[in-house]
Amino acid sequence: MSDFPTDIYYLPTHEWVRIDGDRATVGISDFAQTQLGDVVYVELPEVGIQVEQGGEVAVVESVKAASDIYAPVAGEIMEINDTLDAAPETVNSDPYGAGWFFVIRVESEDEVPDALLTAAEYKQVCEEEAG
Amino acid sequence: MPFIPHTDTDVSSMLETIGIDSIATLFDEIPDHLRLDSLANISDGVSEMVMLRHMAERAKKDESALCFLGAGCYDHHIPAAVWDIASRGEFLTAYTPYQAEASQGTLQLLYEFQSMLASLSGMDVANASVYDGATALAESILMALRVNRKSQHRRVLIPESLHPSYLDTVKTIVPHQDIDIKVQPCPEGVFQLDELALGDATALVVQQPNFYGQLEDVDELTRFAHAHDTLVIAVVNPMSLGLLKPPGDWGDTGADIVCGDGQPLGIPMASGGPSYGFLCSRFEYVRQLPGRIAGKTQDAEGNQGFVLTLQAREQHIRRAKATSNICTNQGLLVTAATIYMTLLGPDGLRQVVQTCFQRSHELVDQLTTLPGVKRQFEGPFFHECVLDIGCDAETLRDRMLERGILAGLPLTDGIENRQESLLVCTTEKRTAEDLELYVRTLDHVRNNL
Repeated sequence: MSDFPTDIYYLPTHEWVRIDGDRATVGISDFAQTQLGDVVYVELPEVGIQVEQGGEVAVVESVKAASDIYAPVAGEIMEINDTLDAAPETVNSDPYGAGWFFVIRVESEDEVPDALLTAAEYKQVCEEEAG
Repeated sequence: MPFIPHTDTDVSSMLETIGIDSIATLFDEIPDHLRLDSLANISDGVSEMVMLRHMAERAKKDESALCFLGAGCYDHHIPAAVWDIASRGEFLTAYTPYQAEASQGTLQLLYEFQSMLASLSGMDVANASVYDGATALAESILMALRVNRKSQHRRVLIPESLHPSYLDTVKTIVPHQDIDIKVQPCPEGVFQLDELALGDATALVVQQPNFYGQLEDVDELTRFAHAHDTLVIAVVNPMSLGLLKPPGDWGDTGADIVCGDGQPLGIPMASGGPSYGFLCSRFEYVRQLPGRIAGKTQDAEGNQGFVLTLQAREQHIRRAKATSNICTNQGLLVTAATIYMTLLGPDGLRQVVQTCFQRSHELVDQLTTLPGVKRQFEGPFFHECVLDIGCDAETLRDRMLERGILAGLPLTDGIENRQESLLVCTTEKRTAEDLELYVRTLDHVRNNL
């Protein structure tokens, strides 16, 4: 079964988010990369744009499918992971580390949005999806 | 799996869901005169023999006239080998080559076609074609809006010197996409640089040669557009690229998207269609390029092979978010065009284009020696030119057709004071004698109006 680190939050649409001060780093889960298969391209947003929580921010393409990536929190795109351009396979090999997608500058640092799931909650979503 | 069509119950339930009472209602927006029942002269159920004779008689009417008509569809010589090869069963029956292992021939041909178009246009990538030049432009505009993320306005600037049918098609395809289409008047026959008009446009459309046959100052327009973060969409006659500067070299940075109609390259005029459109772009925009793309690759044993590539842009994978609703290509016409280009080669193509250019200039020189005939616009032109002929252009066209000459296109629709303007085209097929006959006939008809 896939890996579900407990120090981060998840979305039911398979994004993960690591919140550290005003920085929210976003990627896709181990379960998602397994389901997608070999990732061949990641279309990342422009740095500086504002994103809504739940808004479409990026696209990940694999040999099997293309999926939209949604913003787990609202804010401004601070950084994007340029290395994915040349090495999209990093999303498969290290989904929670070097395979991150982008960083959002969080507007409200204090509270974690309700829409985010804990590792245990997200694991249940995956188990249901895997049937 | 058996093929089960919709039952009457299925159909009525679907109609009920969308709130209409018959399938015919879905077609209400098509004007009556364009519907099939307007073909009143063809009776129901005639025999094959009667129909063939009827069609042969109709076809004759098209063949006899000496053609000086262009306006987007051109009368070039097509070597006999082109359609002889294109009509082989393997090409004639080929469809979308999803199954690469069974479609290597078709895929290789598409790959060669793309390579030739990319080379002609001076761009990095080309797709495997779309329906026609006008839809290629509409798709290019949608693509430019996806690509130019810096632009806030979704405004596209189109000079009036663009082919009017292309403008109509654009206005049909894009109006529900929240795009501001701004048409800029061109009283001088070419687009004049205008800081105010460009404003903060997302993209500028430049047709070269333009609808009037005139050559736009593409270098200056491209520099100007790029200085304002505006993308340049080039609409070109691919034949003209045997002589004119490829869009990839326009200005300092080149055009961003190049499209056009491929009919001049090996496709008969055939009463205006079918044709095919092509679309090329910079490599960095390839994921926003609509349509099929064939790519070259290697199989597991290292052998060369061809596949459909970057399919994640297309509908069968991306669904509603595909780059385009056009995910097909004009395979057969593209086959003919590829054979045509292969037979001629770069030198042959250049010779054809030079002859077109030379003959059209000879004709215009001769015509403008007639009293009262002059060019409508100044400046360089390609193989087509607007002439002020000093009499009603439609009447002249009709009288010349009675004498077996298609004189050109009267420019009367929607343009002020142009009842006497005629758009005249000369291709490599027109001989010195043809030109002389045209001049003599035009002179005679004018003197007897």
